Amino acid sequence: MKIFVPRDAAALSVGAQQVAESIAAEAAKRGMAVDLVRNGSRGLLWLEPLVEVVTDAGRIAYGPVTPDQVASLFDAGFMQGRPHALRLGAVEQIPYLKNQERLTFARVGVTDPRSLEDYLAHEGYRGLRAALALDPATVVAQVTESGLRGRGGAAFPAGIKWKTVSATAAEQKYIVCNADEGDSGTFSDRMIMEGDPFLLIEGMTIAGLATGATRGFIYLRWEYPDAKIALDAAIDAAVGAGYLGENILGSGRSFQLEIRMGAGAYICGEETSLLESLEGKRGQVRFKPPLPAIAGLFGKPTVINNVITLASVPIILDRGAEYYRNYGVGRSRGTLPIQLTGNIKRGGLIEKAFGVTLRQLLYDYGGGSLSGRPIRAVQVGGPLGAYMPESQFDTPLDYEAFAAVGAMLGHGGIVVFDDTVDLAAQARYAMEFCAIESCGKCTPCRIGSTRGVEVIDRLIGGEDSAKQEVVLRDLCETMTYGSLCALGGLTPYPVISALNHFPEDFSSQPAAKAAV
Amino acid sequence: MSQKSSLRAIPIRVESASSLAAAERAAVLEVCTRLKTLAGPLLPILHGVQRALGHVPQDAVPLIAAELNLSRAEIHGVVTFYHYFRKNLPGRHVVHVCRAEACQSVGAVALEAHAKKSLGIDFHQTTRDGSISLEPVYCLGNCALGPSIMIDERLEGRVSPERFDAIVAHARLPGGTR
Repeated sequence: MKIFVPRDAAALSVGAQQVAESIAAEAAKRGMAVDLVRNGSRGLLWLEPLVEVVTDAGRIAYGPVTPDQVASLFDAGFMQGRPHALRLGAVEQIPYLKNQERLTFARVGVTDPRSLEDYLAHEGYRGLRAALALDPATVVAQVTESGLRGRGGAAFPAGIKWKTVSATAAEQKYIVCNADEGDSGTFSDRMIMEGDPFLLIEGMTIAGLATGATRGFIYLRWEYPDAKIALDAAIDAAVGAGYLGENILGSGRSFQLEIRMGAGAYICGEETSLLESLEGKRGQVRFKPPLPAIAGLFGKPTVINNVITLASVPIILDRGAEYYRNYGVGRSRGTLPIQLTGNIKRGGLIEKAFGVTLRQLLYDYGGGSLSGRPIRAVQVGGPLGAYMPESQFDTPLDYEAFAAVGAMLGHGGIVVFDDTVDLAAQARYAMEFCAIESCGKCTPCRIGSTRGVEVIDRLIGGEDSAKQEVVLRDLCETMTYGSLCALGGLTPYPVISALNHFPEDFSSQPAAKAAV
Repeated sequence: MSQKSSLRAIPIRVESASSLAAAERAAVLEVCTRLKTLAGPLLPILHGVQRALGHVPQDAVPLIAAELNLSRAEIHGVVTFYHYFRKNLPGRHVVHVCRAEACQSVGAVALEAHAKKSLGIDFHQTTRDGSISLEPVYCLGNCALGPSIMIDERLEGRVSPERFDAIVAHARLPGGTR
């Protein structure tokens, strides 16, 4: 009997390990042989720990399971998929999952992330085999034609970056994976690394072959220790089986991959700061140009891409650029792994083609707020993303549509707030966060953020408010146009959007706040 | 001080006047020897030292500097830039409380206040019994199941004040890891 209990960190955070141990103990007690597989998470996070059993009718899910319910599951015959209060039916038929377009996340939650055999049995490494049969320029062209844009937030076309590295001659080039997923409201990188680590390795290997880079680094944040364990195991397995390292699959081509741990600096998610950090320095932002594609890590041409960007490459090579490109809208092609988070009833990972609206995600998928109160605002795109009011909930998820309303999609994280949120406090927090995480290189960010906290405090305090608002807007303009990178440059997004859409929260008059 | 003696006093090698115990010194040197041939070895070395000693002692800085042929200022600059590296020994367990927006939307501000009050310490401090150090963290990647904390390297989700107390109480048990 095969039973799946996730080892994804989110599932573990609500007791999946204890559930797995209880199942093993209960089965032993009853003298039943079970094959306990520790899969990734399906991303239906409100149902974790989500236990699946393999039956003749497919994989049947039960959840959320607590250790003290395990005995009753055995009594009810859950191993045969029989009824129980926690039974959710066939997992693939749960509407939240059924109504997704899982390209990048196709295997996450399905396979055993420690098993290369399982990966291969589920179409793994087909992208690499396809890439090995093509000349490097064609591989780059495929990525360009797929329309894939950087999923880390900046949405720069991946193929263009690759082409620049490919065209720059050097004795050493590098592939760097940005796994410093620091944005609040995001965890798709983590879920890939924990739930399907071979996919990221395959994507990076293809990038290496395409651009002539023979060494790769995954820059992983320390906050993801489970991802480190999963990646270490996968790298060992891939090297052992000849998919990574010297002479990949007998092609004569090589690609060496190393993991490096970050140390709790949000700014190291900025690409040039990340490169400095990899070189062993303070994570301070570099001036551009030169672009990392021309002079990146150790001064060499470097492809630096986010986890999801690289993890989207294998399916493009396997199924073709056209297949991927056919998903999406406008200039936003393919799918986006969306993370629905915060005060939401059904939070989780939703991979959809671009074009789905916020409202569909919040209500059809999310089922409204967790607290049951009205949703008042959502912040999309991490701590540097705008706060969006209800009037903007019909915006489709599309890079250009978001830009048109003064917001950004970023890495696809949506944080939901109910009507108890104080947007002035959120605006203040945005400035405070910028002050804590600023690398200190440029003045608008380093000093502007601290002044920003002070101005917002005076504004909320009712100290000559009209004047403070002018100062705050002026300060935000300076930060937007004067900062060296996106941290100082985008911190005004949450601040100004909060001020524009929720001005009543900034009023010092208790009556005005109470009237909301 | 005569001019002659001040000229003689220019140190060009690491002085051995260090508060590091012999075993700590050996641990730092072991980590350096093992990792210094890596490309960009400093962060891996600092992680290694912190794993071995629980923190990066001030007196490890000149040792690492000598091993890597860098200045003390460069090492100091890196140690102090990153929030994760500690200059002081932590308690037996380190609790990181998420302060980021997704957790805020489900009560992280109240959880933070509760954590500080129930432990009787502020961020970056350690309880008097030496059991718990409290640190802020900005996102643990558990944003659909907040508020979240990390105790040592274990993530905990949906942490109510009561659950926080239970997790901490369990960690404080003799031999209690978590």
